[in-house]
Amino acid sequence: MDFDYSVEQDMLRDTLASYLADHYDFETRGAVVATPAGWRPKVWADLAERLNLLGAAFPEEYGGLGGGALENAVVMEELGKALVVEPYLGTVVIGGGLLKQVGGALAAEWLPRIIAGQAVLAFAYSEPQARYSLAEVATTATKRDGGYVLNGRKTGVTGGPWASQLLVTARSGEGISLLLVDADAQGLTRSDYPTIDGGRASDITFHDVFVPAERLLGAEGAALPLVERAADEAICALCAEAVGGMRRMLADTVAYASQRKQFGVALATFQVLQHRMADMFTALEQSAALTLVATMKLDRPAAERALVASAAKAQVGKAAKLVGQAAVQIHGGMGITEELALGHYFRRATAIGSQFGSTDFHLRRYADLSLADAA
Amino acid sequence: MNLDFTAEELAFRDEVRAWIKQAYDSELKQLMSQSKNGYLDKAGQVRWQKKLAEKGWAAPGWPVQYGGPDWTPTQRYLFQSETAAAGCPIVSPMGIAMVAYVIMEYGSEAQKRRFLPKILSTDECWCQGYSEPGSGSDLASLQMSAVRDGDHYVLNGSKIWTTHAQWADWIFCLVRTSRDAKAQSGISFLLADMRTPGISIRPLPSLDGPIDGEQEVNQLFFENVRVPVENRIGEEGLGWTYAKYLLQFERGVAYGSLLRYLLAKIRKIAKQQPAGGGGMLIDDPDFRRRYAELAVRVEAVDAAEMRFFSGVESGTAVGAMSSLFKLVGTELQQDLSELAVEALGPDALPFVQDSFAEIRGRPASPRPIPDHVAAVTPLYFNYRKTSIYAGTNEIQRNLLARHVLSSAGVRG
Repeated sequence: MDFDYSVEQDMLRDTLASYLADHYDFETRGAVVATPAGWRPKVWADLAERLNLLGAAFPEEYGGLGGGALENAVVMEELGKALVVEPYLGTVVIGGGLLKQVGGALAAEWLPRIIAGQAVLAFAYSEPQARYSLAEVATTATKRDGGYVLNGRKTGVTGGPWASQLLVTARSGEGISLLLVDADAQGLTRSDYPTIDGGRASDITFHDVFVPAERLLGAEGAALPLVERAADEAICALCAEAVGGMRRMLADTVAYASQRKQFGVALATFQVLQHRMADMFTALEQSAALTLVATMKLDRPAAERALVASAAKAQVGKAAKLVGQAAVQIHGGMGITEELALGHYFRRATAIGSQFGSTDFHLRRYADLSLADAA
Repeated sequence: MNLDFTAEELAFRDEVRAWIKQAYDSELKQLMSQSKNGYLDKAGQVRWQKKLAEKGWAAPGWPVQYGGPDWTPTQRYLFQSETAAAGCPIVSPMGIAMVAYVIMEYGSEAQKRRFLPKILSTDECWCQGYSEPGSGSDLASLQMSAVRDGDHYVLNGSKIWTTHAQWADWIFCLVRTSRDAKAQSGISFLLADMRTPGISIRPLPSLDGPIDGEQEVNQLFFENVRVPVENRIGEEGLGWTYAKYLLQFERGVAYGSLLRYLLAKIRKIAKQQPAGGGGMLIDDPDFRRRYAELAVRVEAVDAAEMRFFSGVESGTAVGAMSSLFKLVGTELQQDLSELAVEALGPDALPFVQDSFAEIRGRPASPRPIPDHVAAVTPLYFNYRKTSIYAGTNEIQRNLLARHVLSSAGVRG
């Protein structure tokens, strides 16, 4: 058994951390989040060109560095520590992950563009009635004129305003198909809004949007297994991001409790607060370990992969809440203001809790999978 | 023992219901649907409280001589339940439920005549100057100085977490008039006109976003602020005594009815949110179990409050009960707001209407959302304060432990 990172993975983390330390301080991030654009294409270009980082998780045949899910986890943990809003999850983990799964001409065409920072993707899968279900799809893709015609509505598309292309799930016949759609396609209308964590999302309506047949990922009507795997990859990446955020919240809390005095002594001398910080540490370390295990098992058979991904999301969901709430409590009123970074980490942790399934959702999925053949 | 309401009590309840139906109009309701903390904007808040005052119901706890309605504890309980169940705004407590009691108990006749009528009519709004940047739960460590200069005190220092300071005409503050004795005995209790030169307000934007363009809390700066000595309550140096008297009103009781309102809000959300896979969340077994667990906790605190209200006290110190209610009440507020967020599912993510957006530098294009979704996630963020204010819940547990162990002769 070996939980050690490779030399290359350590280098990847150090390179990114040092870039973010120089270019992604909390004040700058706050100012950028408040602009109409809400993100920095320059940062994205740097990640692609200066750091060559968008290819870390892709095979060399597409121009990548030959890594995989673990590289994504390393990157996401650092992005979580710095509260980065740029769409690595949607573009590289989910978008690139889906293209890597299907391979062929689409992957050969689009992965190099993703790696070069030229294509920014968003995953349009959620619909008003779906809650967290990936299979609840009412948007339709009807075969016509050597392609498909899309009709329907997607909600809560994270990073939607920034995307050049969307990956859209749609019902065709009995099954679900997955299509790569240009964000400026005719018949597509987008309504953009800010999210609680400083990000952006869109609700998107498709009205007779034509998509050429070669933009279909995988076989028609057979995309659900692809999507389920992509969601589990997204879950592992989100867990890694949450671990990064939790590390920062714990570090900030320890620093604050050590210098802030009450009743003539540092807060950190009160046993009840010491226990709370011990609980934060305990929750965090288990989350970090389980996230690594889930990430390492992404290539296992679907049922095994899904089981541990759900375990990780449920564990991290509970832990992020515990760590975030305790961090705010120990900071007192300052924790709830917009002035300290902490509150913004807490908001991001809260948002992660409802991305790709809540704790309750994953506990149920875990129970369904683990008790399925228990007679 | 009898838990049934009498015919008179039921008639009173019907009167309250009828009045709410007429007074809590659609405009107030619309404002309230966007509220992130139970308050309206200032205009709405004043309009609501004036309606209560005209009816004679603004200050249920006040003695009749000052304009209280002379209700029995059961009537007060019924009034609170009915207003909370209807989702009425919270009455701003700083004047009516806080400083007024100190004025009644320790103020001079002149102070009573000057201040109480305008508190009752909401012609003057109040804020509270207790916490300072370095003094939160360790309140006695406060530093703001008040130096006697003839018939004035000269105030210098800073107060923080001042709720609705931007609305207030007056502030009641704890100030340090002596540094000689132990921390608690050098404190005095002063009333200051917010228009006095030298007072400035810095808004403190918080995670939940402001209510209709107005922030909830502020930091205040006092620079050579001259306050007449006649605005001191009671004796110089006894402010800590008055503050402690007031604190039991701040921690207060009557969480039950508010908590029932939050439960109703969760049910409303669950009826309208799809469970994913066909049904609605209200029929989802996992949701139902979590809802029931919280509802049972609400039943328990509500029962304890009813018992407390009705005067069936078992010799338990009032202070201990106020710590108990503060602790369980605020933890339930937090847990209920958390379940509400989770009930929303993916709809918890959009940032809600933010009319303050421009000065906060936030893009002002929110997602159009139905009322039952508005303000749910901001409430969760807002309620993180409840376990911090009025003495953190860690402090309340210490107080309760001291109470429980006192009979064993153990000192906390």
